Amino acid sequence: MKAVAFYDVDGTLVSTNVVHAYAYFARNVPTISGKIKRSATLAVSLPFYAFADRLGRKFFNDVFYKNYEGINEDRLYVLGEELFEKVVRKRVFRDMVDLMKRSRAEGYAQVLVTGAISQLVRPLAAYLEVDAWFANELEVVNGVATGRLVPPVLAGPEKAAFVRRYAIEHGYDLNLCRAYADSASDIPMLCTVGRPVAVNPDSGLRATATAHDWPIIQAD
Amino acid sequence: MARPRPRITRDPNIEFIDDKSGPRVVHFGTRFREVSLPRGSRVIYPNPPMEPLGNVKAAIRYAINHPLEADPLYAQLRPGMKLTIAIDDISLPLPPMVLPDIRQLILTEILDLCAKNGVEDIHLIVAVCLHRHMTGPEVRRMVGEKIYNAYWPDRLYHDAEDADNIVEIGQTKYEEPVRLNRRAVESDLLIYVNVNLVPMDGGHKSVTVGLCDYKSVSMHHNTKVMHKCHSYMDPRHDKSELAKIVDRMGAIVDEKMNVFHIETALNNDMYGPALKHLGKHEASWSELDRLKFQASNAVLERVPEAARRKILESVPAPYGVIAVQAGKTEPVHQRILETSFKQYAVPVKGQCDVLVAGIPFISPYNVNSTLNPLLVQVMALGYLFNFYRGVPLIRKDGVMIIFHPCQEDFNRTHHPSYVEFYHRILSMGTNSRDIHKYEREFAENPDYIQMYRKGNAYHGVHPFYMWYWGDAGRAWVGKVIVCGAENPRVPKQLGWDWAPDFETAMDMARSHLGKSQPEVTLSHAPPIMVCDVEA
Repeated sequence: MKAVAFYDVDGTLVSTNVVHAYAYFARNVPTISGKIKRSATLAVSLPFYAFADRLGRKFFNDVFYKNYEGINEDRLYVLGEELFEKVVRKRVFRDMVDLMKRSRAEGYAQVLVTGAISQLVRPLAAYLEVDAWFANELEVVNGVATGRLVPPVLAGPEKAAFVRRYAIEHGYDLNLCRAYADSASDIPMLCTVGRPVAVNPDSGLRATATAHDWPIIQAD
Repeated sequence: MARPRPRITRDPNIEFIDDKSGPRVVHFGTRFREVSLPRGSRVIYPNPPMEPLGNVKAAIRYAINHPLEADPLYAQLRPGMKLTIAIDDISLPLPPMVLPDIRQLILTEILDLCAKNGVEDIHLIVAVCLHRHMTGPEVRRMVGEKIYNAYWPDRLYHDAEDADNIVEIGQTKYEEPVRLNRRAVESDLLIYVNVNLVPMDGGHKSVTVGLCDYKSVSMHHNTKVMHKCHSYMDPRHDKSELAKIVDRMGAIVDEKMNVFHIETALNNDMYGPALKHLGKHEASWSELDRLKFQASNAVLERVPEAARRKILESVPAPYGVIAVQAGKTEPVHQRILETSFKQYAVPVKGQCDVLVAGIPFISPYNVNSTLNPLLVQVMALGYLFNFYRGVPLIRKDGVMIIFHPCQEDFNRTHHPSYVEFYHRILSMGTNSRDIHKYEREFAENPDYIQMYRKGNAYHGVHPFYMWYWGDAGRAWVGKVIVCGAENPRVPKQLGWDWAPDFETAMDMARSHLGKSQPEVTLSHAPPIMVCDVEA
């Protein structure tokens, strides 16, 4: 492989995001009371999460992943597979699957770097047949999630540091590497590589991409 | 060396500058400049617009009912058949014409005929090749509301990167593959509706280029072929290697497909009422013309670039249709070329040392967009240089002085790969033979492919073609000087020089040529003309 193409996942390769994933978990809690409690809490918290995301992806992660507290690790694994089959698979951007094929044919290693949790990313990574994938890990104590992420948490600047480390450790020239993302929170990661690409960008990323002449892709 | 003596001439196309001549007006992107040429300079003006056909619809009907070397169209239509109609894209004509567009008129006639003959399986394809896909409003303007509503978007699309929908119909004896749009190939009949603006348009180029993919187009869009072209505007095989290869590939199309070719020729009436005076000799301007020019200049100088473009783009060209021919590709094209050259050909005696020209705001590749530095290059060395038959208007190693503000202004939606080409590739060198090794990287870049397929971007490889287009001119011209460049980095990146004003540019030209009184010619195009130059 001559270089690496790094991909953010939510919003870049699939039209789902971490909130969709948690909503699926909440709907599938085994008890009716638990289902109602988690779904209702999520619903009323959505404006707060939107605000938290504006304050920074790290702050968002700290408060959002608290929702997973108390969920059994095995259940997370099973629900991750289910979530992929029932929800995520049909929301994968076909254009990005084509793009990954062309990128692989060009000699680029395909690597996912995402802030989503590993249980959700594993089936998608297998489906996309990527060369490597890196996601956040939920801290698990005695088989139960604590609601905290295992540091270092992949988000914002940490993704950038990870991409740089990965390329250096594997002997890739960062100038030749590509990175794909949809959100302004990934600007640090995009700035790390020589060939950043904005995919269905939010307004913040669109403005940056436009100012710096980065390619902007519309994918569906 | 003696100063060239002014010659008395009655040639309406040629004027020599004397002490009483005023300044000449040249395009300067979205603005204009008045140039005071040295005494004895020659100004070449295009022919006036030919009288358009009185009844275009009748001409279309006559052409499709009395085709050249083919059965009339109605005799080729039958119920249950698969029909594809391909049309030229927005790159023709320039600027877009006053409505109704000639394509709309022809399509309306064809579709009416199809309806009468029970043909229902019809696709329209805009033959973009590796050009950008047109937006909905652009297509609507071109084909009209009714046709747009019936066909947009699913049946109006050629995607050169859709491997499943590209099919190879054969190879020439030189192993050039002819790979075309599957729908067009598998149709019982392909009708091509062409608009001919310059003599290199139309003919076999319409189908073999308009509907092909990268692999096919790279057989002739390459630096080797460009260096073998003596003029792109002279389609004779001994003059244009490009035309020779395209015709070779076209012979395969004729053998394997049933093509009914409709070509049209337009006159050169490109300026709307507000700018009509620009198409006339300055000496013949009335007081009103002069006032209009001064007023429009004052406005254009005072508003921002984007507003200037909007103003100029809002003036469609009142082109008139001067010929419609239909039938087999080659005889149709031959007839259209004859008419085209009647409009465009200007006999010129003698070459010049210094060719002066203004670069307008529009080219075939920036309709509704900005004329970025690569397109300025293609306008100068690809088009203006090549508007000749016989020998080039400019002597070997002569100097070209062009007028353009040369801003580093790129449309990221239409020309994303141009940005990388301009900054990265041209920083490594300007020789096509050196830089063509990066062509494949751009052509296969998945980001650019995605932007071409699902956005409105030119294909990733397109900036290379724009650069190759200038190859023959680059090899011939000794120096290009951009007069009035507002960003001197642009001419430098293109391998050119720049001068703040025309006098300085002329001094640089004299110094380069080693002549104190070089022969200067101003090409007063646009409107388009093709100089038949006798050395």
